[in-house]
Amino acid sequence: ARALTPQTAETDAIRFLVGTQSLRYDNQIHIIDFDDENNIINKNVLLHQVGEIWHISTSPADKGVLATCYNKTSDTKVMTCAAVWRMPKELESGSHESPDDSSSNTQTLELLCHLDNTAHGNMACVMWEPMGDGKKIISLADNNILLWDLQESSAKAVLSSSTALEGKGQLKFTSGRWSPHHNCTQIATANDTTVRGWDTRSMRQIYCIENAHGQLVRDLDFNPNKQYYLASCGDDCKVKFWDTRNVTEPVKTLEEHSHWVWNVRYNHSHDQLILTGSSDSRVILSNMVSISSEPFGHMVEDDELSDQEDQHQEEKIKEPLQDSVIATYEEHEDSVYAVEWSSADPWLFASLSYDGRLVINRVPRALKYHILL
Amino acid sequence: MAAATAGSGAGSGASDSPEATGGSSGGGGWRRPHGPLQRYYGPSTAEAAEAPPDPTDINGPHFDPEVFMTKVRSECPLGQLLAREAALSREIRALDSDMQTLLYENYNKFISATDTIRKMKVDFRHMEAEMDDLAANMAAISASSARVSAALQDRHRRGAQLAGVQALLRKLQALVEVPGRLRRWAGTEPARALRCHARARAVLRHYRHLPSFRAIEDESHAIMAELAQRLRTRLRCETLDPKELTECVEMLLQLEEPAEELSEEFLSQAGARLEAELAALEAELPAADPSGTATTPPPPASDILDFVDRGSSAFVGTLCQLASSYRALFGGDSGRLEPFAAALAARYFALLERRLALERGLGDTSLLVRALDRFHRRLRALLELLPAGADAAAALVARAARERVDRYLRALQTFFLGCLGDVRQALAAPRPPGKEGPGLPDLLATLAASVLGQLKAVLAYVQLFTARDVAFASLPYFKGEFCVTAVREGLVVAFVRWLCRTARGFADGPAERGAPAAPPALLLLLSRLCLDYENSTISYILTLTDEQFPPQDSGPAVTPGPALCAEARAAAQRLLDHYVQVQGAAVAQMLRKSVETRDWLGTVEPRNVRAVMKRVVEDITAIDVQVGQLFEEGVRRAQSSDSSRRAFSVYSSSRAPGRYAPSYTPSAPMDTHLLSNIQKLFSERIDIFSPVEFNKVSVLTGIIKISLKTLLECVRLRTLGRFGLQQVQVDGHYLQLYLWRFASDERVVQGLLDEVAASAAHRCLDPVPMEHSVVELICERG
Repeated sequence: ARALTPQTAETDAIRFLVGTQSLRYDNQIHIIDFDDENNIINKNVLLHQVGEIWHISTSPADKGVLATCYNKTSDTKVMTCAAVWRMPKELESGSHESPDDSSSNTQTLELLCHLDNTAHGNMACVMWEPMGDGKKIISLADNNILLWDLQESSAKAVLSSSTALEGKGQLKFTSGRWSPHHNCTQIATANDTTVRGWDTRSMRQIYCIENAHGQLVRDLDFNPNKQYYLASCGDDCKVKFWDTRNVTEPVKTLEEHSHWVWNVRYNHSHDQLILTGSSDSRVILSNMVSISSEPFGHMVEDDELSDQEDQHQEEKIKEPLQDSVIATYEEHEDSVYAVEWSSADPWLFASLSYDGRLVINRVPRALKYHILL
Repeated sequence: MAAATAGSGAGSGASDSPEATGGSSGGGGWRRPHGPLQRYYGPSTAEAAEAPPDPTDINGPHFDPEVFMTKVRSECPLGQLLAREAALSREIRALDSDMQTLLYENYNKFISATDTIRKMKVDFRHMEAEMDDLAANMAAISASSARVSAALQDRHRRGAQLAGVQALLRKLQALVEVPGRLRRWAGTEPARALRCHARARAVLRHYRHLPSFRAIEDESHAIMAELAQRLRTRLRCETLDPKELTECVEMLLQLEEPAEELSEEFLSQAGARLEAELAALEAELPAADPSGTATTPPPPASDILDFVDRGSSAFVGTLCQLASSYRALFGGDSGRLEPFAAALAARYFALLERRLALERGLGDTSLLVRALDRFHRRLRALLELLPAGADAAAALVARAARERVDRYLRALQTFFLGCLGDVRQALAAPRPPGKEGPGLPDLLATLAASVLGQLKAVLAYVQLFTARDVAFASLPYFKGEFCVTAVREGLVVAFVRWLCRTARGFADGPAERGAPAAPPALLLLLSRLCLDYENSTISYILTLTDEQFPPQDSGPAVTPGPALCAEARAAAQRLLDHYVQVQGAAVAQMLRKSVETRDWLGTVEPRNVRAVMKRVVEDITAIDVQVGQLFEEGVRRAQSSDSSRRAFSVYSSSRAPGRYAPSYTPSAPMDTHLLSNIQKLFSERIDIFSPVEFNKVSVLTGIIKISLKTLLECVRLRTLGRFGLQQVQVDGHYLQLYLWRFASDERVVQGLLDEVAASAAHRCLDPVPMEHSVVELICERG
């Protein structure tokens, strides 16, 4: 299984969606609820019969709406398509029924619309407008960026604009992220070793990091608090942090993994926490204080008279943490293809490996208090 | 008895030593009769000590006739008494005749002596009369001489008076002549005039109350004043050589000109002269270029030795001369001299420094050393006068030496880069087919040897600075700090560090952005070089350095060899890791492209191993050869004897439905891969991009791991048809067949290939694996 996403619109319960990959059986979407207080995992299964799921994402506005990229296999051809789905009402906010109930009554997703890609090729991923009302999505199909408008309560997807990446060779987007900054007008995409930034209004390229990694770039993420900061990871085992205003040199490079890094994620509220998953079967949580939006170093004196809370907060950070690896999680036995922070609890994250194991972990308590206090 | 004594005295007078003759029995014939007498009068000390006084011994000194008689009478029978009596009377007769002989002899002598005395008496009577005559004559002579001297006394007194007057007159004459002489000499021989004046001055001053003398004095004063004036003008206007200058000032001093003023004059004159010399020196230097725009300064007219030579002979010599004459002239007061000399010396140093700065190139170090040596020697004379300059001079020399060492460091670096360039070219040069280019070991040996040779040569050059015959080598700086800080740390350690850094730079620097990446062979070569440095070269170099430049015990801390070794090792490790990554990435890229571009669904039944796999094996074999040239084989883990058997077991197990076709129950999807998970629990985790060891097997294992892991991940991204799976199976087996021997642990290869096969099966729509025998057949055919 490769597809994992938090339920973005949900802010109370800790909930992840996992899509399965199986060529020979009906694929499913598992809704994983984690009860933090009782340490209980609750699971609901939705059938996704159209094919194995390669990518999954949820609407930031509507808890029940999600999009998947799935493989449609015929005898001689594999086509990756994308569709927007709605899950049954009762599952939207999680059902706290007894677990044995859920195993019996698997429910089916309700198809809202297909993102028609017959002209554009295989869908690599679907991105929702981060702050939007769940009306705009962007999908990457081979070398095309497609911006869709969802109309009639998502029942219809209209291609509002698109652009194609031209160049020699077979160009193919591998991944992309929608920036939450600049009024949500920017996205970043990765193809081969290059990271590109695009403006969604004009559909023009705004920056390009050539050779961002020595090999294929696997994933990207935007710093949620610093608008020009971008993290990327790739097959050269490195995680790099970029300032998009200066694309010649990375701001920082991490080399902790011993194989391809498949996923990199900023924590949504504390952007010094970086989560990476790699095919060396490890998940690494790093603390990048020096390039985060957190005040770095001792700056109490300057704003002594600033508001009480800030001051209080800053005073506690007596010894700023150095950039360091906080923890390495080795629970997985196979390659980790996806890591995600919970949308509800900023101290909780899930990782998913090839063999289908989902592991939920917490940020170490000591660090949590250190950051908070 | 008395007669006997006298005779004995005469006898003893005739003989040399009575004791000695008495002791020896074998003397001349006529001595024999003396024997008993002798014994009687002069008993030898030995005999005396030996026997107690025996009154019966007839020859002993304590003879008592009564006792003797009593004894003889009482002891001896009559016959014996008679015999004894006869013997005694015989003996007495003999003694009597002896005595007579002696008496005659002495009597003759006595008579001749009496004759002589009588003759003497007659002569003395004559002499007395003559002596009286003599006394009378002498009295007459003394009376007449007294008369003569009384007559001459008056004349003598007048003569003496006249002589005194003449001397006085001569002196006066000299005094009168003084002005004339002064005038005559003032022009041509001021020194003589001065002497003359000095002689006359005291007298004149004494008699100045007399008007005539006053006139003379005044005149001579006037002349001397004029002379002084002339000397002053000379002092001021003309350029005098130091000797003249000294003379001039000396004369002025004798003329009682104020010393203060004179010393100032002297210094200013000397200053002007020295300035001129400095200016001459400066003229040789190219004009200072404040803007720094001049492209390259023209080569200096003369070499540095010449420059220093001239500088020291002209400037330093003059300065010394002047300073010593100043000392001589103005006494020990050097309050003014020191700052003066210091200022000038500082300017000289500055000039020399500028000249040294011109020595850009490496030129001839021995020349530089000799120049510095000469400078230092020459300066030593000056420094006795000017202790403050010592530090500055030493610092100057030290700076120059330091500068030179830095140059050498840079030259070494350039040299090394040049060597590297050569190596790169040699590596990149297209090789004519059939003819092998120079092997990596040759290149490595050449590189190492040339770098080491260059380093040694540089050390030899630098050693000139501390050679025994160089004067400044005995400075504490050159003994201690120079050896340690400049040479050991600044040159050797810095070079080794730089080398490691440069080598690392090949691994870190170009990475993926810009700059042509170093060819992998170069990485390998450098890695080996660094490793060699760690193993032997560093310690060798350091030992060599310490030998040539023995460090002082109390000297500053030095970088220990192990630290350098560690650096070199780290660099070597980094390079080798990078090499593995680069080569691994190259192979991996090939595999990835091959997997990504193929249509795995629509592929036909495999007949052959794919070409790319053959290529991979070829590449890895080539890498194996390459690495094998430089690194040792390394250890393998114990291998199973039959690899094909293992492969068979894997594929037979892969046919087990439980693993690839898991019973997919919605309720327990997490258990689908339980079997493989359990298996993995027991197998080791494989770190793909992990550091490798310095041996061939480890390097190859690293590369293979990277390649196979890539294959695994790529296969997982694809969807395969039945024949696709079979193709992967064939390829996997092929790799297995050819790659296991490169890896340190066959199981690593095995494990990764197993996973590839498993993933392929999992990603397959129709997982029907090929018969193992067919797979083997295809592989063998390929």
